[in-house]
This record gives sequence, C-alpha cells and structure tokens, in this order.
Amino acid sequence: MSKTQVIVGLGSCGIAAGASKVYNKLQAIKDMGNVDFILKKTSCIGMCYKEPLVEIIDENGSFLYGNINEDKAAELIQEHILNKNPLQNYVVKSELFKTGEEDFFESQVKIVLRNCGYIEPEDINEYIARTGYEALKKIAKNNISREDIIKTVKDSGLRGRGGGGFSTGMKWQFAYNYQSEEKFIICNADEGDPGAFMDRSVLEGDPHSVIEGMIIGAYAIGANQGVIYCRAEYPLAIKRLNIALAQARERGFLGNNICGITGFNLDIYVKEGAGAFVCGEETALMASIEGERGMPRKRPPFPAESGLWRKPSNINNVETFANIPWIIYNGAEAYAKYGTPKSAGTKVFAVTGKISRGGLVEVPLGITINDIIFKIGGGIQNGKKFKAVQLGGPSGGCIPAYMGDTIVDYDSLSSTGAIMGSGGMVVMDETTCMVDMAKFFLDFTAKESCGKCTFCRIGTKRMLEILTRITEGKGEEGDIEKLEELSYKIIDNSLCALGQTAPNPVLTTIKYFREEYEAHIRDKKCPAKKCRALLTYTVIEDKCTGCTVCAKNCPTQAISGERKMVHFIDQDKCIKCGVCFSKCKFEAISLT
Amino acid sequence: MRINRILQEKKRPEQKEVDLSLLDEKINSYRGKKGNIIPLLQGAQSIYGYLPDSVFDKLEKELDISKSQMYGVATFYSQFRLSPVGKHIIKVCHGTACHVQNATELTESLAEALEINDGETTPDGLFTLESVACLGCCSLAPVIMIGDEVFGRLNGKSAVKIINEYKNKENQ
Ligand SMILES: Cc1cc2nc3c(=O)[nH]c(=O)nc-3n(C[C@H](O)[C@H](O)[C@H](O)COP(=O)(O)O)c2cc1C
Ligand code: FES
Repeated sequence: MSKTQVIVGLGSCGIAAGASKVYNKLQAIKDMGNVDFILKKTSCIGMCYKEPLVEIIDENGSFLYGNINEDKAAELIQEHILNKNPLQNYVVKSELFKTGEEDFFESQVKIVLRNCGYIEPEDINEYIARTGYEALKKIAKNNISREDIIKTVKDSGLRGRGGGGFSTGMKWQFAYNYQSEEKFIICNADEGDPGAFMDRSVLEGDPHSVIEGMIIGAYAIGANQGVIYCRAEYPLAIKRLNIALAQARERGFLGNNICGITGFNLDIYVKEGAGAFVCGEETALMASIEGERGMPRKRPPFPAESGLWRKPSNINNVETFANIPWIIYNGAEAYAKYGTPKSAGTKVFAVTGKISRGGLVEVPLGITINDIIFKIGGGIQNGKKFKAVQLGGPSGGCIPAYMGDTIVDYDSLSSTGAIMGSGGMVVMDETTCMVDMAKFFLDFTAKESCGKCTFCRIGTKRMLEILTRITEGKGEEGDIEKLEELSYKIIDNSLCALGQTAPNPVLTTIKYFREEYEAHIRDKKCPAKKCRALLTYTVIEDKCTGCTVCAKNCPTQAISGERKMVHFIDQDKCIKCGVCFSKCKFEAISLT
Repeated sequence: MRINRILQEKKRPEQKEVDLSLLDEKINSYRGKKGNIIPLLQGAQSIYGYLPDSVFDKLEKELDISKSQMYGVATFYSQFRLSPVGKHIIKVCHGTACHVQNATELTESLAEALEINDGETTPDGLFTLESVACLGCCSLAPVIMIGDEVFGRLNGKSAVKIINEYKNKENQ
C-alpha cells in the first residue's frame, strides 16, 4: 500500500490566505512521528475562493479540502488519516462524492493549466511524469522539421494570449524567415494588467511548460538565446523559474546540442522588470531589457526582423508558450477541436471582483460570459445584482449584464468595444460606479503612459481631470462629448497600443452606461452610491441610539446631539468624508 | 510618467551617508556589459533600500554612464526610490480587483492609523505606506504586501491590526 500523501497549495494566493502556516503546522505534526504521511507542495489549482487548499490522497482516492487553517489541518490529520474518517464538510473536490463545487470544474478544459495544482513545481521529475518534455523529445526522436513544427502551430489555430491575438504560427514563420547568426526568443511575463494573474499562476505552478514551449519555439525559428522578462512583483515566480531553468540545464534540455539535436544550442535567463506597465508592450520590453527607459519603438520593423539588440526576435506571452508542448504532443487537430473556427483552443481567465467563486478558470473559447460568471463563478457575491464585467484591463472595456450571452472569442468581444485582452475578468455589481471605474483606468494609464506621444501623455491627463470633476459633482454639460473627442484624438495619434486603447474603458462605459454619467453631471447623483462627494449623509432616527460615536469622530464637528438622543448632521458643515457611516455600529447613517 | 512621485510636496527624508564600497562588487560584475543600468540600479537599491544621490555620482565616475541617463531610468520605473524608506514597506494594492473591493478604505485606515499620507514614511522610520498596482493575488482582494508577505481579504480594521502586530514585534 502506498503512503498517504498530503499536498498543500503554495501559490502566492494560497500563501496570502495562510497556506504557509498550514504547511508548517503539517510539517510539525509529521516531525512528531506519530503519523506517517508524505508532505508535498503544489501550486494554485484555480479555486482561489477556497484557499488555503490541502489535498489528501490515500488508498480511496483524492480529497481536496478548502479553507484550511492550522487547527483544521491538525483535525484533518487526526480524522482523515488516523481515524480513516474524511471530513466531508470541508471537502471541495473528490471523485467519490458530490461536494456542491462540481460546477466550478465542469465546463473547464485544462490545457495551459494541465499541471497547475497537480505537480510540485520545483521538481522537474513531476513535470516529466506528466508527459513533460515529451513534445521536445518527440521532435528530436522523429526528426520533425522546423517547418513542420511551425505548420502544426499554424494549423492548431493558436493565437497570441498576451492580448493582441495574432496567429502564433504566422509569427514564428516571420521570425524563421529572417536569417541571422543571433536570434532571440522572448517570453513576455510582465503581466501588467491590474486584476489579472493567469501568467503568475502558470509560472508558479508549472514553469517547465513555459520553458519547454520556449525551447520548441527557439528550435522552430532558429533562436539561440532566450529571455523571460518577468515583473519584479512576482518574486515567487522568478524563484521557481530560476530553479526550473537550472534543472532543465542539468538534464540537457538547455545547453548545447539539446536532446541530441546537433547544432541546437540555447540558454534562457530571467530578466526582472522594474515596474512599468508599458514594458509589457513588445518593443518597450526590448528597450527595457537593453537597460533603457521602456519606450515603444515604431513598428515596422517588427521584432521578427529587428528586435532585441536589433536582432531578429520572437516574443510570445507566457500562456501562449505553455500551450505549445501540449499542441506538439497531442497534435494541431486535438487543439483546434476546442473553441470556435477563428478562436481555437482554450483561454485562461482570472475571474475576480464581486464574484462568488473567484479564481482561475480555463475554458474553451466560444463559451458565453454568463456561463463563466454564473455557471462556473457561482454568480455575484452576497446575492447582489450583476451589473457589468470588465475585460482586458486598461485597454479593454466593460460589457453590461444584459449582454451576458456574448460569446467569448476574439471577434465577438471586439465587436462590443471590449477586447479579449490577456484574460482579466473583473466582475462588478450594483455598488460599482461606472464613472468611477472609467476614472480608475484613466488614472492608471495617465500614470503609466511613457510620455513619448503627446496625446497619450497629455490627453489621458485631461480626460482624467474631466472624469474627476464629474465624480466630484462638478461635471458640466458637454463633458461627455469632450471625453469622446479626446478619446478619438488619443486613439488616432498614439504610437503604441497603450495610447490607442487607453480610452476604451471610457468609451465603453459611455456607450453602455451613459445615463450614469448624466446622473452625475445633471442630477449630481451617483446611482451606485460610490462617489462620496455626491452623497448626502443623514441619521436614520429609528436606528440612532445616541451613542455619540459619530459626533466624536466627525472631523468637522458637523454632528450634534445629546447622549441617548437622536443625532443630527449639519449638511453645511458636512464634508462627506464618510467617517460617521463607517464608525456607526447601528447602521443608523443613510446614504442618498 | 512618474514625475508626480518626485514633485509631490512631501518632505524628502534626509539622506544619510552610505558606504559606497558595498557597491564595488556589483560594479565589477556589470562593468562593460550591455544593458547594465537597470540591474546596477536594482543592485544598489537592494543594498541601500533606495538610490542615494552619491550612488549616481559613483556609477557615473566608474562606468562612464551619464547621470542624466541613469536618472532617466530611475524615474521611469516605479521600482526605484530616490528617498530613504521605512523598515517595513506597506504596499496597498490598488489594482482593478482591489479597487472594486474597496482598497481605498485600506489606504485611508492605514494612513489614519500611522498618521502619514500615502507615499510617506513614519517619523520613527518603521513604515512606509505605498500604493501599487496589482500584486497578482486579485482573488483575495483587497490585498496588501509587507516585505514579501501578502495579506488578503482585508478591510480597514484587519489591515490596521496587521500593522499593530508588526509594531508590537518591533517593540519587544
Ligand atoms: C501597453 C501594453 C501592455 C502589454 N502588456 C503585456 C503583458 O503584460 N503581457 C503580454 O504577454 N503581452 C502584453 N502586451 C502585448 C505585447 O505587446 C505582445 O503583443 C505580446 O507579448 C505578444 O505575445 P503573444 O503573441 O503570445 O500574445 C502589451 C501590449 C501593450 C500595448
Ligand atoms: S488587483 Fe489587487 S492583487 Fe490584483
């Protein structure tokens, strides 16, 4: 009988939820020596809403436990392992019985995330045990030509997952076509979209899949040097990448004459970003690797012709590369079987915001937004109403609830004004103010504009000023038109996609939520009750107990009232800071 | 453009004299390498916690990289700091997911508890309060990061509680 395994999910999100403490507790229990089990680590399986997760695999099968803390961990060992009594209430996934969480996994197809949450990412043997590096070996063994690899990638229909959606096979073809002694293969792991963490999860959970994808890409296009540009905010991903690269070198997957292919030499190193959203743009990224300010360059020439250090280069996103070994191993047709004719395969989404089951999901393209949010995501938190979903981050747009049956593929999403983007999906409910959201994104792009193009640098700032004014109750007639005019100018006159797409969050919210803008501008009201300056704070007489807490905390002494008597807010003195509202224990302050 | 960070009207904490010889190893390992400015500045910051003016002088002298170019790079990337920071840097995430889950409340509560504004350092040099975009733990929003440790699913109160634990540890 094999030993019972206890596996703790130690991705960044698990650790943030307390998984390290759980792991240490389990280690302590194991060290005491009364119970015999194997303690292992893995990464994120996508169920972030149930973190920390602990899986126990014994002779009966696998039991995934959710929301485990130190005490529960001890209880698990006692009950599940010693007393042979699985704690069904804590189980979130098992092959043996229903847990109520089946919907989360049912519509998912895991290609990119095939190993995430199943293997110990710091151990190359676990990757290899799940057909890892088989694709590369298949190429070496069967002498698959570089042209055939590119053809397979083209036939699979895989499109770049970094946001642009350009055919990966075509891109490889271009890079292949340019002759050069030196060629680069670059992995874009900058993941700057705030509210997205797909790439981080893949890097932390299955770094070898990205590395294998890069090696295959390098072979196909003829590159001899590789760089992974990873944002510095992901220390765990960087650590695991470096471990994985060292292991790959040791096994001869990197180095000279890789897998016995004469003349195929490649090494890959990790380059840490320094914090600039624009560096996710491919030409800016290359400038940044060269040690410069990350300012985009004019294209053409495209990187395939003149990229890093002016050498032919090919750059792909983390998720794009992670698909490659699967496609080569299983064939183009197997991949194209998923998705729609023009958007093949699967896509990973980071579903966050006001969603019940927030986490990482991988779905075949062609699924509807409603299916992701309601079926997989379990709907909106706290029984609130679904209002909109934001796709594509600062370059993307909001899709309103009534368009929830929109199909998730490149073309359908673009026709709404949003974009597929890199896969961030932020769900909003009735308490989210759309003008505030537009302002949030413009604040982001105004700060992150590299400053090269005038319209992007100054235009975003002017738009931000107008939006700020509107949310402060100082909006004027004509502001919406001004925003639209500025938007089109910025789109028209910017060099890179940062500027060209920066106005999207504003344009889509105006398109779908114009009445909300008008309520702010004309009626000086924020329907979502989010914009503080537009709210009126009053005491609800029935609920006020006269505890005096609000009066004591009011910074402008706008609240008066005797102890045990109903209090009163002087609207002339009120600066709408919201302190009374947050301090009142009796919910006796109303917002209108 | 991160010029805002420098123009902000806050007192720039005084720069103490630093031991520049600590930098020699980095300088030697990057001498003559292409694309060395960012790793050099990252290396210097990991030694001193920020980039003292004297570091720029030294790098210019030793490596013949102009200060204008180095300051250009240092002010372009959000990672680089030009003033000393507190022992613990509290990064409050203001990414989209955290914004939707009311990250503003965290910054406000922490600012109130620490009696500093966003971007400032406490007079005792213990804490610096900072806003950042997305720490990649969006499903646990709102999130803060102190050192390498991430804390999720917070509200104003629980965030302040974490800071108090840090304070208590320091006072022991
Ligand atoms: C402002 C801006 C930010 C970007 N950020 C990223 C990013 O963080 N990660 C990424 O993979 N691509 C990003 N891109 C897209 C890249 O320029 C490029 O299209 C992509 O890396 C190509 O890889 P793919 O074909 O595999 O998608 C960004 C583009 C722009 C304009
Ligand atoms: S938005 Fe805060 S962690 Fe991503």
